[in-house]
Amino acid sequence: MTDSTPRDLHIPAEGPAVGQDEWVARHTERRLVRGGRLGVVEQRLRAAPWWAWLVLFAAAASLIPVVESSGYVRRVGFDTVIFMLLALGLNVVVGWGGLLDLGYIAFYGVGAYTYAIFDSDKFGMHLPTIVAVPAITIVGALVGLLVGLPSRRLSGDYLAIVTLFFLELFETVATNGNQIFGHDITGGANGILGVDPLSFFGHQLAVQHNGIFAVSYYYVAVALFLVVFVALRFVNLSRVGRAWRSLREDPLAAEVMGMPVNWLKLTAFATGAAVAALTGTLATALSASVFPLNFSPVVLITVYAMVILGGSGSQAGVALGAVLVNVLLQLLQNPDQARVLFYLLVVVGVITAFRWSRTLAVVSAATVALGFAVHAVVSSIDKTWATIGHSGFSGVLSHWVVVPGALAPWVGQVSYGVLIAAALAVTQLRGVPRLVALPPTIYLAAFVWENVMLPNPGPTRYIVLGLLLIVLMIARPNGLLGERRVEIV
Amino acid sequence: MDTFIQLTVDALTLGSVYALVALGYSLVYGVLKLLNFAHGDVFMVGSFIGYGALHALGGSASPAVPVWLLLVLITGAAMAGCAVLGVVIERFAYRPLRNAPRIAPLISALGVSFFLANSMQLLFGAQQRDYQSYALSGGSLYFRGFDIGAVHVPLLRIITIVSALVLMVVLWFLVNKTRTGKAMRATSFDGEAAAMMGINVDRVIVFTFILGSALAGAAGVMFGLRVPTFAAVGFTIGLKGFTAAVIGGIGSIPGAMVGGLLLGGAESYTAGYWTTAWSDLVVFTILIAFMIFRPQGLLGRADIRKV
Repeated sequence: MTDSTPRDLHIPAEGPAVGQDEWVARHTERRLVRGGRLGVVEQRLRAAPWWAWLVLFAAAASLIPVVESSGYVRRVGFDTVIFMLLALGLNVVVGWGGLLDLGYIAFYGVGAYTYAIFDSDKFGMHLPTIVAVPAITIVGALVGLLVGLPSRRLSGDYLAIVTLFFLELFETVATNGNQIFGHDITGGANGILGVDPLSFFGHQLAVQHNGIFAVSYYYVAVALFLVVFVALRFVNLSRVGRAWRSLREDPLAAEVMGMPVNWLKLTAFATGAAVAALTGTLATALSASVFPLNFSPVVLITVYAMVILGGSGSQAGVALGAVLVNVLLQLLQNPDQARVLFYLLVVVGVITAFRWSRTLAVVSAATVALGFAVHAVVSSIDKTWATIGHSGFSGVLSHWVVVPGALAPWVGQVSYGVLIAAALAVTQLRGVPRLVALPPTIYLAAFVWENVMLPNPGPTRYIVLGLLLIVLMIARPNGLLGERRVEIV
Repeated sequence: MDTFIQLTVDALTLGSVYALVALGYSLVYGVLKLLNFAHGDVFMVGSFIGYGALHALGGSASPAVPVWLLLVLITGAAMAGCAVLGVVIERFAYRPLRNAPRIAPLISALGVSFFLANSMQLLFGAQQRDYQSYALSGGSLYFRGFDIGAVHVPLLRIITIVSALVLMVVLWFLVNKTRTGKAMRATSFDGEAAAMMGINVDRVIVFTFILGSALAGAAGVMFGLRVPTFAAVGFTIGLKGFTAAVIGGIGSIPGAMVGGLLLGGAESYTAGYWTTAWSDLVVFTILIAFMIFRPQGLLGRADIRKV
């Protein structure tokens, strides 16, 4: 909060409405505004009404399956919308309520499992979608209330630990639910298979159409997203929404003002849980199965990364964060795309750090030269230590970065460790030492990325997510679209 | 009765591991009011360092040094490694967030936890690492020991429990009888006032992380000597350790010990008399019960918040 001073405080000419406290009325206006031409653009964009953005999004989202009709793109699109929904729900709890809910994914699981139990051959029940989905949403809210109750008197940390434990417990119950007093409820580790697809008035929505992912589910998901978005928007603009935000800003002040703090916390919690449960039904109806592993802490961290990256508190922000993070995770699965992504990030990072200056030219030239030098030295010692690729970007690249034909495990482990130490050191150095340290660090990062991380996309994806969370919290805790308020003490 | 004794020995072993982890949580929470989610993963790294040191010294079947020295060395390596790791985590992930809203370091801690667990998996794979403690000096750590009735208590269990106790006593001494410990207690009581009295709060925090992480490292080795370790183990153990800290009263050192032993007991008796599948359920129920009836924990004091 100390590094940036407000450059321009935007205060409107007209006063607050009659009967409204000035401080409260201007609550949303106490935010930092960027100066200069970029600031004008930002203000214009922010001035556009929210529904205009929503319409724009709806139009763009419905065009995607038309432009690109492959099943893969549709499936990724559907998953993205599911994550957007999850992010919207978590935003209510974390962004508006300011509560750290680490059991959020359990509510997603509760929705998914309840749907699977009531709409599958497991118990021969086939509730119509119109009944099941609203009922499960309410169930989700009630479970949320129940879990929130024990922590009602306690600070955010205790809530975090109770909810995190609830997530663990949910996984335990789901995994061992095939032996609850001799009854098989959840199918254990094998999950529940053969879950019904969505059906509206006797008309079933097939999951596959001509062998590829049916586009109808994508549209259902987008429609649901729009409905939830608008509904939550109205809640946020209501009395309850304002109360939530005041709770987040200062629980003590809110309590002194006579707000029912505990009840507000519980409602925020339950609302988030309801959205998660609702999302769970949709995801389950599509995949026709549920497994305990679908609701692991990994998913939780992913959704958190989305909310934090987009900017917790901003609905558009968290939706954008969901798109970015899910696309990032998809790209990281494919080595070719992940490779391009990495170098793109390095280039963008270096440019934003140095702007267009002589330093930038020096650092880039040194990095490129260093790479060729190392490559020349290494391949002169042993040809197999630096294999040359054949075509495309990776072919060109293989003349620069060293990719041994076979890598001893300890080389990867040592270089990874050295890279982390070097990267941490670079953040501490200033001036010329930093400039000197930067090219070798970048080169080492490229080496590690090519040789250690790309061959293991599984852990790599989550290492990137973890780093994203740490870096974001330090560099830009308000995310991409989140507001940064001016603190007046 | 034999089953009971057997389970009690198990409970004490498990409980001392939990207690050591809980102490790390408690110490950090005391001075920073931060729930250090990465602590469980520091524990995991400790168990891996112990495994690495064990193999560097020739493996458990044919160690290059006497067994007692081997145990001391691998525990020392894990404690030192974890202490360094703890300091690095504090310096780079938590210190920049010292004045940020409370939720910021928590999320950063989640990121660190995720980063550590997956980095270990990336570098060393997801497979289990077995210390093969039964191979140490031809298995004598197992068949030596003493008998209570028909129950045999292996020497290794006794070593684990006793060394955990020794570590706790050392910690108690450090916190209650040294100048730095006094500074820690002062910072924990009121950080701002401590800073005004000339206490270097940053140094106290670093010292706290060294202590807590070293204990986690020792716990990691004790865990590895009992069952195989793997990259994802930190999450669960961290959660149990934190629960132990809450049950005992967070911020209280004897509380963390009591909480750890209680939790170890709950888990081991549930597993022995009922089923292993639902031991988490029992732990969770205990946690909830404490949250409702005694949120300050067994030995903690209720917080009076002044405005």
